[in-house]
Amino acid sequence: MTEQLDTGVVAQQIKEHDVLDAPAGGSEVGRARRRKEDARLVTGRTQWTDNIQLPGMLHVAFLRSPMAHARITRVDTSAARTRRGVVAVFSGQDFAGEQGSLPCAWPVTPDTVIPEHPPMAVTTVRYVGEAVACVVAVDRYAAADALEAIEIDYEPLEPVLDMTEALAEGSPKVHEAGNESFTWNFAGGDIDAAFHEAPVVIERTYVQQRLIPSAMEPRAVVAQTDGDHYTLHSSTQIPHVLRVMLALTTGIPEHKLRVIAPDVGGGFGSKLQVTAEEVLSLLITRRLGKPVKWTESRSEGNLTVHHGRDQLQRIRLAADANGRIRGVQVKLLADMGAYLMLVTPGVPLLGAFMFNGIYKMDAYDFTCTGVFTNKMPTDAYRGAGRPEATYAIERVMDELAAEIGVDPMEIRRRNWIQHSEFPYTTICGLTYDSGNYEAATDRALALFGYDKLRAEQSDRRERQDPVQLGIGISTYTEMCGLAPSRVLGSLSYGAGGWEHADVRVLPTGKVEVVTGTSPHGQGHETAWSQIVADSLGVPFEDVAVLHGDTATSHKGMDTYGSRSLAVGGIAVVRACDKVKEKARQVAAHLMEASPDDVEFSEGRFRVRGTGTSQTIQEIALATFAAHNLPDGFEPRLDASATFDPENFSFPHGTHLCAVEVDTETGATAIRSYVAVDDVGNVVNPLIVEGQVHGGIAQGIAQALFEEAVYDSDGNLLTTTMADYLLPSAADLPNFTTDRTETPATSNPLGVKGVGEAGTIASTPAVVNAIVDALRPHGVHDVRMPCTPERVWRTLRTEGGEPA
Amino acid sequence: MIPASFDYFRPSTIEEAVDVLAGAGEEAKVLAGGHSLLPLLRLRLAYPTALVDVGRVAGLRGVSDRGDHVLIGATTTHDEVVRSPIVREHCPLVALATATVADPAVRHRGTFGGSLAHADPAGDLPAVALALDMVLEVRSPAGERAIPAAGFFLDYLESALAPGEILTGVRVPKLGPGWGFHYEKFHRTAQAWATVGVAAAVRQSNGTVEEVRVGLTNMGSTPVRATAVEEAARGVEAGQNGGLRRAAEQAAEGTDPPADLHAQPDYRMHLARVLTHRALLSASAHRSPAT
Repeated sequence: MTEQLDTGVVAQQIKEHDVLDAPAGGSEVGRARRRKEDARLVTGRTQWTDNIQLPGMLHVAFLRSPMAHARITRVDTSAARTRRGVVAVFSGQDFAGEQGSLPCAWPVTPDTVIPEHPPMAVTTVRYVGEAVACVVAVDRYAAADALEAIEIDYEPLEPVLDMTEALAEGSPKVHEAGNESFTWNFAGGDIDAAFHEAPVVIERTYVQQRLIPSAMEPRAVVAQTDGDHYTLHSSTQIPHVLRVMLALTTGIPEHKLRVIAPDVGGGFGSKLQVTAEEVLSLLITRRLGKPVKWTESRSEGNLTVHHGRDQLQRIRLAADANGRIRGVQVKLLADMGAYLMLVTPGVPLLGAFMFNGIYKMDAYDFTCTGVFTNKMPTDAYRGAGRPEATYAIERVMDELAAEIGVDPMEIRRRNWIQHSEFPYTTICGLTYDSGNYEAATDRALALFGYDKLRAEQSDRRERQDPVQLGIGISTYTEMCGLAPSRVLGSLSYGAGGWEHADVRVLPTGKVEVVTGTSPHGQGHETAWSQIVADSLGVPFEDVAVLHGDTATSHKGMDTYGSRSLAVGGIAVVRACDKVKEKARQVAAHLMEASPDDVEFSEGRFRVRGTGTSQTIQEIALATFAAHNLPDGFEPRLDASATFDPENFSFPHGTHLCAVEVDTETGATAIRSYVAVDDVGNVVNPLIVEGQVHGGIAQGIAQALFEEAVYDSDGNLLTTTMADYLLPSAADLPNFTTDRTETPATSNPLGVKGVGEAGTIASTPAVVNAIVDALRPHGVHDVRMPCTPERVWRTLRTEGGEPA
Repeated sequence: MIPASFDYFRPSTIEEAVDVLAGAGEEAKVLAGGHSLLPLLRLRLAYPTALVDVGRVAGLRGVSDRGDHVLIGATTTHDEVVRSPIVREHCPLVALATATVADPAVRHRGTFGGSLAHADPAGDLPAVALALDMVLEVRSPAGERAIPAAGFFLDYLESALAPGEILTGVRVPKLGPGWGFHYEKFHRTAQAWATVGVAAAVRQSNGTVEEVRVGLTNMGSTPVRATAVEEAARGVEAGQNGGLRRAAEQAAEGTDPPADLHAQPDYRMHLARVLTHRALLSASAHRSPAT
């Protein structure tokens, strides 16, 4: 018998070992705490959406298009209706009058082509996996069985599957309006001058393969109604944004729609979306008056969770003979897939200001064209735009180093922004508020043993060892903490980037924090508790964090873009400040002192120069009783704050990777990996460590393992984890991680985002290492993912062996 | 998992199992550990009308020493095989290969007999069965019969098991002294199927290779015995600079490897040659203590 996990026991164990490391001085911020939410998350005994059971609940299964591009000529659902347990069968025609169009909130140019995007296809299907019909039945089995009885005839249309071909004259069209959605340009400095008679010009094309976000919890939706009000549970990152968008899409008034993101098992951007299944679940529940649930299978998810990356990057770099960068020019094709979803066109723009990396240059020119293809739409995926940009510049820096014959770290030193130059306004117009690339790099080099590994590399080259050693560098920065609302407005985004928090001190002195951010595995409950504990001087255990329900958290912009701490955390700090100010008024009144004479520390208000004091808990009770408050004082010890950041945050770091490449088989093995990240001040080092580890793993996965593959008919071939390879711990090395701490100057906590940094940094570090190992063989690029077969074939073609 | 519906039987004796299977119709399948069958059901790639679960059939599980061979019960889990002192002593190649199957969770559920009966050429054990000349014991209403591994794997996911036959156990011949073994598995992630696998056994004496057995994983629609390598290796000098590399050059002879997302046929053939050389070297370097 397997031993049953007891949530209570696990919780107790976590509690007993909850603090692994604590800073001197007893503050909560900086403490390496285990996460208070982990017991329920790791045991699964919590409100995952699929765990929700409602009386009379029905189950939905979707029939999905087997064709990449086709006209629907006949739909017959009659046989399916007679199957056991079937309550209703719907096709696109049934919803045509009410389903609206799935929203795109980021038309990046005034003339961006935004095609109608029906949640369920009515006349035409444009990618394999698009919903064409659904069965509503008494259980999941009945629903899945009846799907097989639905008959749909298709008239095939020619699919568009390649971005370059899509833009060529005479290409078949995904939409009537053509295959180009937009072209967006941005420039700084004089790019022609920079390239004019430049001693060194490097030109490369890199392929950012298509990726499939693979959150541990698949997507799931539960919709219900009492005939007037609607409640939607969804495994989403964005309950607040979703509520607004669903109201606009379905016509259900916003005040009659409640959206709940219960515990959510990961997202990585894939749940930053307004999905067809969410809209259709609402429509079905409206039609039937009964609660319905839909939970995707993993294969269904691979087909229809929005995909990530998929860019073709042409990058040119001009430099002086000594390697000083003069200019960078980028021409990007970004695969939108068949439709524009919530922020699809904006993803490449989030990278547009990052192809300069940490480097100084005279000129920059960026053009991106969004292209429609008959594939699943793409959208935000961990890093969204910045991994792509970082990859291109960090790869090309290595090419520059090779071209002029200097060490790749030296070429970076010659070009990066010096610590003394901060704050620094880049060629893209962003102001990097703080950073210390020298410190992070020096630390990383020491931990890595750079010189020793270089010596081993030359030795292996000399010996013509079949196993060669390569060293990869990635000195990255990124822009996160999305985002100053004005900047988002200037980029035509449909909403702001502020964040909201409510802090309320309860009568017994316990504290509730309501956050507009929406955790899905990050550990907000722990981190926010640490912040509040320090700010209000209450015990960590006395803080509860509420989130993810628009009925309790009325206002928020949710969680993505490494924004929660750097934006949402600051809203919490501001709300705490307001609460303290109120409490000071009450304390002064009770102690018969002037508020100016009352000081606050460690949870206690003291009258300066006397022994008189009151705890914040005493003030809370007194405020609740309201018997003796200052004249005109509202009896409440709570406050709200909405924080709109003035700038992004710019974490940075140096990642170093040593890879062994077996030239006989093409196999690669990461031998060591060192990451020194600077994410500013740290609230919880353990959470930061976890984010860095997971991020590095996800970036390595792009470099070596993951790729969504469509065949020449537009069928997705990677629909299971046997075909779409995700690395596990067994496939990854131990990571050596460390931090430097250069506080952000743009927020009172001095924090920067950390959710995406590892992913952004690690991909180029790995590929740089592989290319570095094989450079003597004439190799200057290996397409991602660098599979053994691809490395082997590259060696055979570039390395002069017969193909 | 949302499979199509099926009848489910859980017999407790082999006689009952054979009867139930015979009565369950042509579309019935035998269920053991389920680690190959259940994914097919989950993806609705298989629609068996009935599953006959042999997981609790008495006498099918466990390893025993039968003198000139070791008998591994069909429902013995991979983990039990790896940990069995009898297997480790008398058929170390089985232990080496089984230890590479998927991950610990799978090895605690998946069974030795199940992975042979499934006849997946990408599975690790069929190639070992060929290389070691295992004999598969099966039962049906007609009685018992024994099928040599060489005649068991007919095509992709197709074995010599007739409808109504249940695999009960596998005889693994003891090879005797002087042999060394190695299973060389090349795969992209720890849990992935072998892109190519090589099961090798080498008997040598005084630095000369006397006999070699090589089975190849995922090099065709069935596991493949690399007979050309075996012949070429006989009598060559052992060691890094001996004749094993030249013998291994024959590894792709007569193979017809599949094309999939992880490898094209020419790459698999190349891998077979490189990995066979490595497997032979390792096998000759790790001779069993019996020598």
